[in-house]
Amino acid sequence: MVRTLLTIIGEYFIFLRKVFSKPDKWNIFFKKLIGEMDAMGIGSMLIVSIVSIAMGSVITTQTALQIESSWIPAWTVGFVSRTSIVMELCPTIISLLLVGNLGSRITAEIGSMRVTEQIDALEVMGLNPASYMVLPKVLASMIVNPLLIIFSIFFAIIGGFITVIITGCVSPYNFMDGLTYCFRVYDIIYALTKTFFFAFVMSTVSSFFGYRIEGGALELGKASTQGIVVSSFIILVLNVLITQIML
Amino acid sequence: MIEINHVSKFFGEKQVLFDINTCFEEGKVNLIIGRSGSGKTVLMKCLVGLHSPEEGEVLYNGRDFHHMPDSDQRKLRAEMGMVFQGSALFDSMTIQENVMFPLDMFTEMPWGEKLDRVNFCLECVDLPGVNKLYPAELSGGMKKRAAIARALACNPNYLFCDEPNSGLDPRTSLMIDELITKVTHEFNITTVVNTHDLNSVITIGETISFIYQGTLGWKGDKDSVLVSDCPELNEFIYAQPLTQRIREHL
Repeated sequence: MVRTLLTIIGEYFIFLRKVFSKPDKWNIFFKKLIGEMDAMGIGSMLIVSIVSIAMGSVITTQTALQIESSWIPAWTVGFVSRTSIVMELCPTIISLLLVGNLGSRITAEIGSMRVTEQIDALEVMGLNPASYMVLPKVLASMIVNPLLIIFSIFFAIIGGFITVIITGCVSPYNFMDGLTYCFRVYDIIYALTKTFFFAFVMSTVSSFFGYRIEGGALELGKASTQGIVVSSFIILVLNVLITQIML
Repeated sequence: MIEINHVSKFFGEKQVLFDINTCFEEGKVNLIIGRSGSGKTVLMKCLVGLHSPEEGEVLYNGRDFHHMPDSDQRKLRAEMGMVFQGSALFDSMTIQENVMFPLDMFTEMPWGEKLDRVNFCLECVDLPGVNKLYPAELSGGMKKRAAIARALACNPNYLFCDEPNSGLDPRTSLMIDELITKVTHEFNITTVVNTHDLNSVITIGETISFIYQGTLGWKGDKDSVLVSDCPELNEFIYAQPLTQRIREHL
């Protein structure tokens, strides 16, 4: 068991070395990078915005319910909601959502290329398939995911604001006051740093599980599940570590 | 010419190829035949570098493929074209993009010149006018021909075909065989075809290497394959009722 785990970890790092080698042709690499950024970014915007609005709404309602006291100032709802949204909910929950959305897509795409011998075809041509297929995906996710998180934070706050207006749990003025209270740019840097590492884990682990498939459609399904589970687990562990280091 | 000297291949404890010695001649269609699981595909993968043999050497015009520096190996790979069993066309690209792909990666040709080359290759395989179609829109035979066109794009010196007739009807199989023979002779390519299609064996096999349980069981050509005295080969060739009836008339 331990030996198998160590072997897989070793294979993962060998795979990373192949991925981060010089692209065979830069113009084709940039073309693929733009294509991946487009597919990942535009393709995820709808689901990210829907989940973010719902998340912002729920966290605002929950906060308002939990701290309903005359001793606590009304702006606290906005402050706590903002802090939760910026520092934890958006970077972590949306990254986990993206593992399910983008990660499974990456595993399925690379895995089906492996099963249908398209990766072998690239190798026979003398190309480095790992670098050709995976590097644009990894870099695209590391660029796009932080942008999606900024987008997500914006929509989560909009969700909170809509809830405040509809339910009247606090006044919109107090909510806005709380949102801007003691705002630190470092919180955004912290959120984006986490997302950057989460994106790396999501894209490389998902690609790795797709790349090492042996067999057919059944293995493809298994690899997608493994990719999601392992990426999510590493992201959660990394979340704890980064939080300990940065806060 | 491709020479295989004392090639053995293991997967863990299991030995799949046992001391294979054979050669594939330039400008000829060289067949590797044998039953499923005999080691044909592993041998072909050793030839193209998808597997590394634990023992022996694969020589391309005297150059040892598995022991040359990476840069030389890369150059040599650019001289190879391969048609996979399932065609292995890139399904996110159109046929034109598929055939143009090796030109994009290995040449600095202007776009117009690349397009001319793509059209030439597609005409060679009798597939004009499919440029804008995706692989999913083609039939099995058309996919195989498109894969041959892609393999020919960079003027290869070596063409490898892994079971090019599998899953095709007899008429289309014949067409693929004729096409492989035509491009081999026209462009003087060293072609290696991995097959267990008997029609291919007796029509296009200019040299035939029979692999039996990981060993080279017999070597000859299409004229001698039907009258060999190798019992394993005869068992393979005359396994079907149709070929048994042919044997009765020989």
